[in-house]
Amino acid sequence: MAKVLVVTSGKGGVGKTTSTAALGAALAQMGEKVVVIDFDVGLRNLDLVLGAERRVVFDLINVVQGVAKLAQALIRDKRLENLWLLPASQTRDKDALTDEGVGNIIADLRTKFDWILCDSPAGIERGALLAMRYADEAVIVTNPEVSSVRDSDRIIGMLDSKTIRAERGERVEKHVLITRYDSARASRGEMLSIDDILEILATPLLGIIPESQDVLRASNVGSPVTLNNAASAPARAYTDAVRRLMGETVAMTVPVERKGLMNRLLGRRAA
Amino acid sequence: MMNLLRLIGGRTASAPVARERLQILLAHERGLRGQPDLLGVLREEILAVVSRHIMLDPEKVIVRMDRGKQVSTLEVDIEVPNGVERSVAVAAR
Repeated sequence: MAKVLVVTSGKGGVGKTTSTAALGAALAQMGEKVVVIDFDVGLRNLDLVLGAERRVVFDLINVVQGVAKLAQALIRDKRLENLWLLPASQTRDKDALTDEGVGNIIADLRTKFDWILCDSPAGIERGALLAMRYADEAVIVTNPEVSSVRDSDRIIGMLDSKTIRAERGERVEKHVLITRYDSARASRGEMLSIDDILEILATPLLGIIPESQDVLRASNVGSPVTLNNAASAPARAYTDAVRRLMGETVAMTVPVERKGLMNRLLGRRAA
Repeated sequence: MMNLLRLIGGRTASAPVARERLQILLAHERGLRGQPDLLGVLREEILAVVSRHIMLDPEKVIVRMDRGKQVSTLEVDIEVPNGVERSVAVAAR
């Protein structure tokens, strides 16, 4: 049974695209057949984070409009043979994305993949609604910051009312993924704690991704963090999150950086 | 513990403030979600009822809600054009 999972947040810049790439890669690394779809029409970036920006020929809108076949638009990852990308269009005709067109593509992909990850654009407009429309599950990416938590709450409300599942009286299974978490600052009371966020959003926790230079380093070189440095703290956190998505019980910890002596002495590391 | 940290850091922990502000705000916003625009509905219905008896300019019907701590007030301001007796007579016929 294929699962459709939307990675969403409401607020921009919280790590949706980075998380889609990392979760997709981690699932593929565990042997699942995965496609990641970029729904951010006009501002595509998932191709760049995955290092596939020079291989984009056709895109989601081309497929919706019948200009290209689905198989022509899918890009297979060069490192992970189980990971595929359906890129967004860079042109601005956002209205070209129709509910019916997206529905047909998702139905087709369900027959070919184990996981369909939809990378939502920021906001609560058409693109974000279509990204969540056909979802079975949702990962709500949240930063420990008031504006992000408020927008996550809004998105949770939409997942419960605007999705196909909600309209049928079924539930979209929702998970909160906290990113850019700094345990030191949280323990000093300078940042909302995990408990604060979970209590406010009343949604179960999928994982805690620590603030880390490894995330930026991975996107700089166009490689998901779980692939680029599998031993890094964020990579371990994403891998744990994926194991939870697959139904395993994994103790919830905030992975910490393991620094070597030289690195500690130098206080930095080259990418 | 928090007080000790405050003494050392010389700053107040801001996370509890964030948490409280969010809880109050979201309780309010969740209440509004999925509800039709109450004032819009009231305005339409009041306009419909009054129009049965008096000719009205729909633009001159203003419905306003003022939220107070103890009670809220609903203010309905309807401007009735002059020569209203005639319109009433017409409507009553």
